[in-house]
Amino acid sequence: MRRFLSFRDFDWPLLGMVLLLCTISVFEIYSATLHTKYTGFHTKQIFWIAGGLAAMFIFAKIDYHKLIDLVPWAYGVCLLALVAVMAVGHKVLGAKRWIKVGPMHFQPSEWVKLVLILAVARYFANLGGRSLTWKDILKAFALVGIPLLMVLKQPDLGTALTYTPILIAGLFLGGTNLRQALILLTCGAVLIAGVWSSGKVLKPYQKARLTSFINPDNDPRGTGYQLLQSKIAVGSGGIWGKGAAKGTQTQGDFLPIPHADFIFAAFSEEHGFVGAIFVLLLYFFILMRLIQNALTAADLPGSLIIMGVVAVLTFQIAVNVGMVIGFMPVTGIPLPLMSYGGSSVLFTFLALGVVMNIRMRRFVN
Amino acid sequence: MVQYGILFMMLALAAGLWRLQVLDAENFRQLAEQNRIRKEPILAARGKFFDRDGHLLVDNYPSVSCFLVREQNHNVDADLPLIAQGLNLDLEQLRATLRHYRAAPGYQPIPIKQDISADEQAFIEAHRNELPELETIDEERRLYPRDGFAAHLIGYVGEVSEEDLNNPRYAYYEPGDVVGKAGIEETYDELLRGQDGSRDVIVDSHGREVGYLGTQHAIPGQDLKLTIDIDIQRAAELALGDRSGAVVVMDPRNGEILAMVSHPSYDPNDFAVRINRTDWNKLITDPAHPLMNKAIQAQLAPGSTFKILMSLAGLQEGVAQNMHVFCAGGASFYGHFYACDRHHGNVDIEHAIPWSCDTFFYTLANKLGIDTIARYGKSVGLGQRTGIDLPNEAAGTMPSTEWKLRNFHEKWYAGETISVGIGQGAVTTTPVQLARMISGIASDGHFVRPHVVDQAQLPSSFRQALGDSFPGSGETKISLDPATWMIITDGMAGATDPAMRGTAAASHLEGVDFAGKTGSAQVASHEAVKRMGSGVDTRPNGWFVGVIPRRNPEFVVAVLWEHGDWGANAAKLAAQVATVYVNKKRQQERNAVEQAAASKPVEMGAVWTEPAPASRKQPGGHGKAAQTAQLHGGHFLIIPAPLAPAKAVASNQFHLPAWLLSWPLRFKEGRP
Repeated sequence: MRRFLSFRDFDWPLLGMVLLLCTISVFEIYSATLHTKYTGFHTKQIFWIAGGLAAMFIFAKIDYHKLIDLVPWAYGVCLLALVAVMAVGHKVLGAKRWIKVGPMHFQPSEWVKLVLILAVARYFANLGGRSLTWKDILKAFALVGIPLLMVLKQPDLGTALTYTPILIAGLFLGGTNLRQALILLTCGAVLIAGVWSSGKVLKPYQKARLTSFINPDNDPRGTGYQLLQSKIAVGSGGIWGKGAAKGTQTQGDFLPIPHADFIFAAFSEEHGFVGAIFVLLLYFFILMRLIQNALTAADLPGSLIIMGVVAVLTFQIAVNVGMVIGFMPVTGIPLPLMSYGGSSVLFTFLALGVVMNIRMRRFVN
Repeated sequence: MVQYGILFMMLALAAGLWRLQVLDAENFRQLAEQNRIRKEPILAARGKFFDRDGHLLVDNYPSVSCFLVREQNHNVDADLPLIAQGLNLDLEQLRATLRHYRAAPGYQPIPIKQDISADEQAFIEAHRNELPELETIDEERRLYPRDGFAAHLIGYVGEVSEEDLNNPRYAYYEPGDVVGKAGIEETYDELLRGQDGSRDVIVDSHGREVGYLGTQHAIPGQDLKLTIDIDIQRAAELALGDRSGAVVVMDPRNGEILAMVSHPSYDPNDFAVRINRTDWNKLITDPAHPLMNKAIQAQLAPGSTFKILMSLAGLQEGVAQNMHVFCAGGASFYGHFYACDRHHGNVDIEHAIPWSCDTFFYTLANKLGIDTIARYGKSVGLGQRTGIDLPNEAAGTMPSTEWKLRNFHEKWYAGETISVGIGQGAVTTTPVQLARMISGIASDGHFVRPHVVDQAQLPSSFRQALGDSFPGSGETKISLDPATWMIITDGMAGATDPAMRGTAAASHLEGVDFAGKTGSAQVASHEAVKRMGSGVDTRPNGWFVGVIPRRNPEFVVAVLWEHGDWGANAAKLAAQVATVYVNKKRQQERNAVEQAAASKPVEMGAVWTEPAPASRKQPGGHGKAAQTAQLHGGHFLIIPAPLAPAKAVASNQFHLPAWLLSWPLRFKEGRP
């Protein structure tokens, strides 16, 4: 079947849109770090994107079925890595998220995302589309829940939250019926309420971060301050924006980390409503294209994998942009393909590599 | 299905963007503008100090300080060598300063150098573009009198400390503010500090100033007129000289402090710019305590000056009048021999005060008992603060049986009373307490509250708060038997009278009613002196408290000369100050006369009897004056004529009638 594989079937329009977003990202990182100690991060981002592209092409060549076969091993490695973080992790700003291997820093929780997408796809594909029993659902919860709790412990609320859409997408597409869905929703609601009021799982600063978006004026120096400055940046951009490298909020250091978590605020300030809508449209088309690939995938694992990627990306876009415009709390979730950061870029391109692979094999069998 | 979900999410986000960027854009644009406006403080000048005659004591001078502002997007570390070079700073020290402020909020400017020179200012101006992080602030800096003149009285200012900021009294201040740290600067800080203004500066994205929006001008602090007389202060400083001790001069009629000196002193100008560590350590470890205001903080045995209180208690109790003691160089009480420094022979109260006979007062103390002495001590303010408007006044100690029980849980031994009778033992006082005590007794029981700042100029609310925050014995009146008053004041006059062979006879001032009491207070017992050897100064402290005139005085001086050996030595210092006071007063009276001579006719009232016509002109319209002696009253206008030997007249005491008669008089008004 290998002989049928061809880069003619590669999703070039998708790659084009992705690269367009990456270009916008590099320019905005350049603008946002112009006068800060982060100057030059845009070139680093270019290297990350180049590396991501290479990884994407390599992954596109590897049969995703092989990946699925390897997933139990990868899942085990992920759990080990998370345990290692707990044991010998490197503490940055009060959170243990990194392992130091030589000069490199690894943040395993990002890679867990990709492995989880594959693991969930494998799990539900093996069930073969039959209607789910409660036992199946519980197993799926354990599959995602164990690494999720370990990441939550680091503590990294943002990344932990991005695991949930993988599970939800899997359950949704894996054959949950309406009754089960309603019960799960109710249980989820009760669980969230319980976690919130118990005060054991979430640290006070995490709670404060989660609630300050409702009334940012209560906390004008902490996360409320960040949200307020972000809204001021977006709002003051107006329809046409202040122009590249001319955003007073971005350039005046009022906006927190304008090249990473708040890059969408920086972009909206400098390029206005028009620019922001253009970026949102790009994301929309990318997601639609991915869904189309999922629909045309050759088998159930393929579409499950793509829908997992779609779920993660959608969740991150919604939470990050929602945060920037004050709809959502500050959770530290980066905007895929826009925010500066190697882990995020590599994850996205690897995920796209798998998607490309699935697409290229759509006529196989 | 999923597509619609994503579409819905995108629409929600787009709606959010629409609301912010289109509907509310104007509002947010304004908020963004405000983010670019920085408030820069304009520091208020502190109030100046003037003496009672309006001579400037403490002034300000314009000065520029350099700050480092961190909020710009600029790497400061690379610039430090250049900054250190341009501002003549040590690079390591500069780095240490920045490290010190590392935890401070980013918007808070870091002070790097105060009081920079013109060259350094030029450096900052020339490097505006390379070093945008350097900011200068104009401020008014304190200029104090040189050589520690009145240093303890005036105090000094300094940066508010972190402990101070936790104190509710300092709620007004923010870190980096300058605050009065001692003396009048501390007590009157609220009035002196004024109110800082601010300027709204528009900054560009690099934090560079591009314009001003509005200015709120600073309100300078209130100038203060002190009760200090610069001439008397100078006399007191000179009289004390290199000696260690204190001088307090007060007007007993109203409590106005005319001079307050504590030596050794320090230069408060060293504090106006940050004082360096070695100088500071030298000041706080000096055994002579240069930072201590001994006039209000030295708590020492008063020695024989305490005998004024003993006399008061003895006379008021009706004991001392009838006491006749034979002094044979001391006397025995409770099995101990208590020495007097001379064989005085037969002594009564009239001689006991000028001679300072210890034997007499041992006996008197024994008769009165400690609690009677303590009661009178309390009534004249011993063992309590006077309530002077200076910080950290000491209260001294007035022992009693109750005091000993409370502090030592022991009973009072009658033998202890004997030493208290001559101002030794547990009793301690401050110079200002003694000044208030003697002036109250000499003023027939009218005690005043000492103060160093003219109270009339203060807002009434502040005056009220001041009284509350400096509690003390304040203004009181005790009733004195007229005979008591006479005997004590005459006794004190005898102390400076050579004819009486008083203890301060050498300090007699010819033609001045200068009365007082010496004191020589041992700092250690005879045994202790032997034990400590020659290394420690064990000479007694010399005291003198004196008044002019002896009754209802207008001048009181208290001198403490630490290790001055004899009270008579301290009396000589007091006499020097008193001489300057008397001369100044005479000078002022002469000036008043000269002023009158230079101006309009002076109106005078008089009462006289006729027949002899007192004036050259008969009052018109009244006909012939009655032949019998009759009381007349009226007003004269004195037409001033140039006084030929004006200096000769003024250098003597005024003989009013003599020169009054030589003046041409003009009758103005008729009989009553």
